[in-house]
Amino acid sequence: MKGWDKFFALASGLCVLIIFAFLFWIIFIIARNGAGTISWEFFTAAPVEGMTEGGIFPAIYGTVFLVLVMTVFLMPFGVMAGIYLAEYAPQNSRLTQAIRLAVNNLAGVPSIVFGLFGVGFFIQYAGRGLDRTLGLETVFSQPCLLWAAATLAILNLPVVIKTSEEAIKAVPLEHREAAFALGATKLKMIVRVVLPQAFSGILTGAILSVSRGAGEVAPILFTGAAYYLPYIPKLPTDQFMELGYHIFVLSTQSPDVDKTQPLLYGTILVLLLLTLALNTFAIGLRVRMRRKYGR
Amino acid sequence: MKRGERITNSILEGGLKLSALLAIFLIFLIFIFIFKEALPIFTNPGVRSEVDLRDLFASSVWQPVSDHPRFSLLPLFLGTLKLSLIAILFATPLALGAAIFTAEFAPRALKETIKPGIEILAGIPSVVMGAFALLTLASVLQGIFGWTMRLNAVNAGIALGLAIVPTIYSVADDALRAVPGSFREAAYALGSRRNQAIFRVIIPVALPGIFAGFMLGLGRAIGETMIVLLASGNAAILSLDPALSTRSFSATIAAELGEVVFGSTHYAVLFFIGALLFVITFIINLIANLVVERFKVRLAGVA
Amino acid sequence: MKKYWLLIPIFTLVTAGAALAGKAITIKGSDTMVILNQRWAENYMNNHPGAVVQVTGGGSGVGISALINGTTEICASSRTMKDSEQKKLRERWNILGVGIPVAKDGVTLFLNASNPVSELSLEQLKNIYTRKVKNWRELGGPEAPILLYGRESSSGTYVFFKDTVLLGADFAPETQTMPGTAAIVNAVSKDPNGIGYGGVAYASGVKHLKIRKTAGAAAYDPIQENVKSGVYPLSRDLFFYLRKTPSGDTKKFIDWILSPAGQEIVTKVGYFPVK
Repeated sequence: MKGWDKFFALASGLCVLIIFAFLFWIIFIIARNGAGTISWEFFTAAPVEGMTEGGIFPAIYGTVFLVLVMTVFLMPFGVMAGIYLAEYAPQNSRLTQAIRLAVNNLAGVPSIVFGLFGVGFFIQYAGRGLDRTLGLETVFSQPCLLWAAATLAILNLPVVIKTSEEAIKAVPLEHREAAFALGATKLKMIVRVVLPQAFSGILTGAILSVSRGAGEVAPILFTGAAYYLPYIPKLPTDQFMELGYHIFVLSTQSPDVDKTQPLLYGTILVLLLLTLALNTFAIGLRVRMRRKYGR
Repeated sequence: MKRGERITNSILEGGLKLSALLAIFLIFLIFIFIFKEALPIFTNPGVRSEVDLRDLFASSVWQPVSDHPRFSLLPLFLGTLKLSLIAILFATPLALGAAIFTAEFAPRALKETIKPGIEILAGIPSVVMGAFALLTLASVLQGIFGWTMRLNAVNAGIALGLAIVPTIYSVADDALRAVPGSFREAAYALGSRRNQAIFRVIIPVALPGIFAGFMLGLGRAIGETMIVLLASGNAAILSLDPALSTRSFSATIAAELGEVVFGSTHYAVLFFIGALLFVITFIINLIANLVVERFKVRLAGVA
Repeated sequence: MKKYWLLIPIFTLVTAGAALAGKAITIKGSDTMVILNQRWAENYMNNHPGAVVQVTGGGSGVGISALINGTTEICASSRTMKDSEQKKLRERWNILGVGIPVAKDGVTLFLNASNPVSELSLEQLKNIYTRKVKNWRELGGPEAPILLYGRESSSGTYVFFKDTVLLGADFAPETQTMPGTAAIVNAVSKDPNGIGYGGVAYASGVKHLKIRKTAGAAAYDPIQENVKSGVYPLSRDLFFYLRKTPSGDTKKFIDWILSPAGQEIVTKVGYFPVK
């Protein structure tokens, strides 16, 4: 390589370098300022003294509760849509194209718009309707974990549909043919042969959406996240504290900025480690899957 | 197969199809329910006496809580435009360069490190990116450029750019790798140097894919909320100066929706902004997705 | 897959059961007051087993609209209700609402510690926030542009400042709005030319201004005795709003808040007792 070739190799390599420099800078700043805060107490205690002391247990708990409920909403529909697209959808029909286009476009809807939808549809429409039908006074027609989780489920639907479809398509044809040869129906073949083999791929989608769900703040701003809760939410109709939202709160509304700073960085570090761990796990799964099927 | 089993089967298969149709249904549902809440701007006389369509697009002040509330979208539109332009100008060259490096220059081992690294960048939650820009990046940039306003469009734009680098990178990388090896070999056979092969053959062929990545990144930059809310200063100034504090559509919704009375003029206007955001990003994504589809079909034809 | 199917009905049952279970006292509103509400809730629940008090912030406007929409029982507000809001309450519920002052607060003005300016009059503040005065030189400070920081329009502090200092005039569009007092204090601590306002908050690198009511009057610090006696010009009441006169558990809670035990917490958190 010489002359211009060398120049372009260096120039494009520099781009990679700059991106990684920023990445390491962000991680370094957060790790340096947050590491000192991490302690057993930080994970197990609630915030006290106006969020200038204590820990983030309610936020961790709320985040886990939120993504669990989200997963319950999300996975059945996402995987079923993935199965349909991979196994049943006629490849060149208008309808299939429309579905694919809708999935892709759903992935591009801004997260704050999902938040508005959560308010307009879940709280104002579905929630009010539920309360009226059940004869309740404002139980469902207010922000709560249930609606926040439902909003996040819609946000993550495209991720799960796409990864499920991909995983199902990756299952080798011979395995299906073997099942058919043994007299299985198509549905039985899918449930018994395809889904077990596509499991790690589907799991990848679930993990990616959990990771995204844990970090998204805009969709839950108005659909259920609480600034502070003096108790641990037990029901999906309670409001909840959440790690991402807690970061927003700590960075904008504490009475003593200097005392809150370590807590803020500690919380950022926890969320970052959580999402990094989940993403690394998902990337690892995908690499393994690709090797297995030689893709 | 028994009759009962056959019926169960067709019910279950119908369920699969319905789940897939859910995606289309949701797109309509989102639009309907957001637009529904914005509708009073067009129909309700009480709301129309406070805000007219002309006020939304013609006047110049965003002052929603006031004795004489003014709801001009112009400063917010300009702010959104400014922020996304800076983000895209910052992110596109970096992401594209990195994609070219991975696809054409990097040895295999390095390739295996770069891709997961960029996926990790994609995994950083936007509120974390926003906090980083608010607490660290803003001070560093102000130190370098000496701006009077510490929180400004460039600060938020760069953080936004970092957030969309992975989007552009992954689509551009897919596009570059989708170019059949035979094209490259043909170029070398004709005596091209590597850079000539890249710039005269590979990039032109992959261009639609690269363009799609650019559009998807743009769509995300327009809609991204937490970074802008934290790092841009949120002043609704009618100006194109990138060193001034800036307020975007998305951050305005996030900052103000909590306060408004359901059904009030301000509430309707915020949902109108939401509907605008939805339509703008929808069109951008539609273009990007159509371009990608076509690109795939075309390459499938030649390969 | 099969397990998921089972989860859905169980989940529905749990949710429905939840709806019928015990009722909590809900407080929603002013971010300025969240910490206070939290401490009240914490202490009250410790002393009254079985009581549940749920606290959420979001801003006074959020609380008042929640009160109007029926999604909270108590609204914590750092400002009085506006006529338009009272009208909406009347339209929807045919009631006027009840406002109870529960604490006092001094709105504080923050400057960067390096700024030599240490006291300003209300009129000077008005000129600053409406951009009639744009340079610290005009106020006896250094030759430097003034940078404005303020709260989002959802906060009661925003409205209080607008009514009391700007006398209804609008903030200059150049005002950078922050989603919380801490964000303002943080910005001012890093910005030598910045000025910001908010509830009581501290950070190294930030100092609190003394405020004068008129040009010739004495200037006062935002400290307890000045706020309580009312000589600090930016002191205000913090309210609980309800749709109707409190009864039952809610009344017990509010009575406790106004008792010496409840008001002691006010002082601890950094606000000032009502009586």
